[in-house]
This record gives sequence, structure tokens and C-alpha cells, in this order.
Amino acid sequence: MRRASQYAALAAYIVFLAFPLVWLLSTALKTPQEMALADPTWIPREPTLANFTDAFGEQDLVGAAVRSLGVALASSVITVLISLPAAYAMARYRGLVNKVAIGWVLVSQVFPFILIIIPLFMILRDLELVNTLPGLAVVHVTFTLPFALWMLQGYVRAVPVELEEAAAVDGATRLRSIVKVVAPLLAPGVVATLLFAFISSWNEFMFALVILQNPDVMTLPLTLVRFTGPEGVARLGPLAAASLMATIPSLIFFAIIQRRLKSGLMAGAVKG
Amino acid sequence: MTATATRPAPPRRSHARRRGISRRTREMWLLMLPALVPVLLFSVGPLLYGIGLAFTDARNTRNHETSFVGLENLWELLSAADFWSSFRIGMIWAVSVTALQFLAALGLALLLNENLRFRGVARVLAVVPWAMPPVVIGLMWRLVYHPDAGILNSLLGTEINWLADFSLALPAIIVVGIWTGMPQTTVVLLAGLQGIPKELYEAGEVDGASRWRRFWNITLPQLRPVIVAITSLDFVWNINQFGLVYVLTQGGPGGQTRLPMLFAYEEAFRYRFAGYASMLGLAMAIVVLAVLGLYLWRQMREAR
Repeated sequence: MRRASQYAALAAYIVFLAFPLVWLLSTALKTPQEMALADPTWIPREPTLANFTDAFGEQDLVGAAVRSLGVALASSVITVLISLPAAYAMARYRGLVNKVAIGWVLVSQVFPFILIIIPLFMILRDLELVNTLPGLAVVHVTFTLPFALWMLQGYVRAVPVELEEAAAVDGATRLRSIVKVVAPLLAPGVVATLLFAFISSWNEFMFALVILQNPDVMTLPLTLVRFTGPEGVARLGPLAAASLMATIPSLIFFAIIQRRLKSGLMAGAVKG
Repeated sequence: MTATATRPAPPRRSHARRRGISRRTREMWLLMLPALVPVLLFSVGPLLYGIGLAFTDARNTRNHETSFVGLENLWELLSAADFWSSFRIGMIWAVSVTALQFLAALGLALLLNENLRFRGVARVLAVVPWAMPPVVIGLMWRLVYHPDAGILNSLLGTEINWLADFSLALPAIIVVGIWTGMPQTTVVLLAGLQGIPKELYEAGEVDGASRWRRFWNITLPQLRPVIVAITSLDFVWNINQFGLVYVLTQGGPGGQTRLPMLFAYEEAFRYRFAGYASMLGLAMAIVVLAVLGLYLWRQMREAR
């Protein structure tokens, strides 16, 4: 009896979580004729990939994807490069700096984006970086930085300090011990942080909306919104298809990160 | 063993350490520098500047003499009906999404913690929203809510334009908020559940405590720190929500879903009242900190 109610509850969750996804997929595979039916069908009668090709014709999807890729690559690499030494310092030299850094990570979560974006917009405008991809990359670096610092200092902390001490006893300089001993052990954490920063930038909408107003420089999330057109007179098929394509990098990210989650939390959840 | 063998003689050591500390400090700052410069230039600086802007009549247009106006923006804000309706909508949104998402996630986490079949499917689905760009989530739900081609009307046999209906738009986006935020909350709660020592339940069973009693007297108290942390974070994220709702409704119909950040965005970038919008952001930050402080303080007092 209890089992039965548990299965009923689980089924309800699965339906709630899955039905928008199924609908997105279904819409992406439908012909315009089927879309116009008064009573929508769950499974497309004549599944078609035309929406995927149409999507490219309706908006500059390739250009937008390339721009998103560029911004995400640049900002994630820069984020990791500059936060790596700082994270090392946070983990190894406890004290005031560490507390201030953690405080900043928390503050950056609480303050509304509007308090930062207006001055940032003004600064970027004065630097003539509004409507440019480097401008957006700079913003993405600063907005992924707190969490990247937080992740990385955790990974550094997990590397036993005794290893470095042993290297020092063996006569290695600090830099040498970092490069030879700490870096290899840190590599998985660096990859995870890099992916996190990449996906954050790839998905980011709010800052991009403010900084990029010219269609020629818009990133993927902004271009997707353009599919809805004025007053929602969108062509739904290409919109759904483009949305699915934009999700692919995030799904790959999750497939990779999933394997790294050793806590057993989601073990067996995603096999891919 | 090696530590004692390599430890130098006491006097030499203290001398070396004193010299070492200043070098260590210098090293530390050098390592912090690459991150510190952009953070100060593009985060801390703008934040302080933004707080300062709240007390000026700044506009976003280039050639505008900005002057200090004190609390004028605040008085204007407090006397604007638009602000209060947006504030009310924001609070309804943040409180209901946080609370409902917590309850839904707790239920799912409890189920996923049981040895059920199809648990794997639910686990994958429960993290999928996490892997989706927020814009895609918004567009996907627009397809679900679509008045003609949407599945919801077809399922319910209705002809409602959900996102354009004055009384239904807010509940409709709240559902999307819950859907979007569930993965994180579920995963955090599940981790918390798995951290509860099994012995406590065994002891409870020996004492003849019912399932419900065990949940109430063991699970919830043990989960308390996790619950406090995740609900506070969820509240902060929800009250500052912008992108998802911008994609869903742009604040419509008639401002019925205009969350405070959408209001601030419009004031700043459509009407170009930068000072006024900054004051709105500042006021929201203060409200959030106050609500959060009160909540955390109460939780701490009760936990004692």
C-alpha cells in the first residue's frame, strides 16, 4: 500500500518534470500542418527535421553560436587563469584575505544585478565596449569569478599540503612544487571549473541583453528570443528546434561532470 | 617522523619564520593580484558606484550633468504605485516559488532516497532543468502554455491564453519557477538526507516510532542546517530573478508579472533613469538582507 502511493508520487514527479521536455521535442519534429491542428498531438505523425534546417534560415544561428562559443571560451579560460593563483592563495594562506574573499562570494549572490550592470554599462560605454563581444567577455569573467574561486579553492584544499612540504624538503622551489606536484592533482578540478565557467557564459542572458543591442553581435540566448518575434507570432517549429540545439553543450557538460561527481549522489543517474 | 627529523633548531626557526611571514604575505598578494584587479575594476567598483548612483539623478545618456539628489529617488520610489505593485508581485513570486519548490524537492528527495524502481529515470529528469539554458526553459514553457499550439490547453480542454491572462499569468510563471529551481534543491536535500546517520532511524524503530514520527523527529531536525541554507539561497535567487520571466512574459500582462528586477531594467534601460533604478536595486538589496537576516536569526534561535 505504501509502496503503491510512493510509485504514484514518483510517477507524478516524472510527468511534471518530463512533459515540457517531451512537448519541446515533439514541437521541434512537427510539420507546420500538424502544428496547426486544433487538437495537438503528442507524437508527430510525420516527424520531420525541416524545422532544424529552417531554424538556420530564420535567424543567424551559426553566427550566434560562433559568437557564443568565442565569448564562452575566452571568458572561461581567462576566469580560470586568473582565479587559479588566487584560489591557491585562498586555500594555502588562511586569514583575513580568505575571509574577505568568501564574504565577496556571498555578497555577489545577494546583490541585485541592476546595481552592477548600470555602472558597468557606463564603464563599458566609455571604453567603447558596448555592443562588442570583448565587452561581454569581460562581464562574464567577473560574474563567473566568485564561484570559480570558490570551486577552485576547494580543489586546492583537497590536495594535501604535506605533498608540497615533502617537495620543499626535497629541495624543490615553491613554483616547481606547484607545477610538478599540485597542478597534476588539480587538473580534474580545473577542468570542472572551466566547464562551469563555459556553460555559465554560454547560457547567460541578462548581461548580454543589456550589453549587446545590435543583432549583428548577439549571442545565442539573445538570438533564440528573437525567434519569438513581435507579439509572439513565432514559427514554433524552428523555435523549438533552435532551443534544442542551444541545449546540446550544456547536456554534454552534464554528461561529463556527472562522472566526476564521486559522492554517489547521482551515481548511475546518467550513463553517457 | 620526518617532521621531527627535519625540524631545525628553535632559535634559527623563529628567525626564519619571522622573515618568512613577510615574504609569504607578499607572495599571497602577488597570487591574488590577477583576480583582484578585475574584481575591483568590474565588480566591487561598479557595485559601489551603483550604490552611489542611487543618490543621484543619473541617466544613461552620455551628456548629462549628474547631481546629488540625496534620498529623492527613494521618496519617489516609495510614492510610486508601480513600485509597490512590482514589490508585492516580487514577494509573492519569491516566497511561493521558494516554499513550493522546497516542498516539492523534499518530496522528490525522500522518494529518490527510497529503493524504488524507475528512480534512475526520475534522477535524470530531476537534473535536466539544471543543464538547460534559462532562455530555453522560458521558451519551452511558452510552447507548453501557447494558447493554440500548446499542450496544456489540449490536456485540460481549455482555451486559455495562460501567460496573457491577468489572474493566471503569475501562477503560471510560478510553476515554471518551481520546475526550474527543483533540481538544485532536490540534489542538495538528497545529499543532506544521505548524510543522516542510519543508527538514528534504527534507534527510532527500536523505540517503536512510527514512520511519520521518525520523519518529524529525526529527518527534519537533522536536515535543518541544509534546509536553512538552501531556502535562503533560493529566496535570494528568486527575488533577483530576471531572465526567465523576461523570456516568459516580459512582465506582462499589464505588469502582472513585472518582478522588481524587470521593473528596474525597464527604468534603467528603457526610460534611462539610472539613478532611480539603482535606488530600486539598493532598496531590494536591503529588503533581501533584512528578510534573510530575520529568517537566519530566528532559525538560529530556534535551533538552540
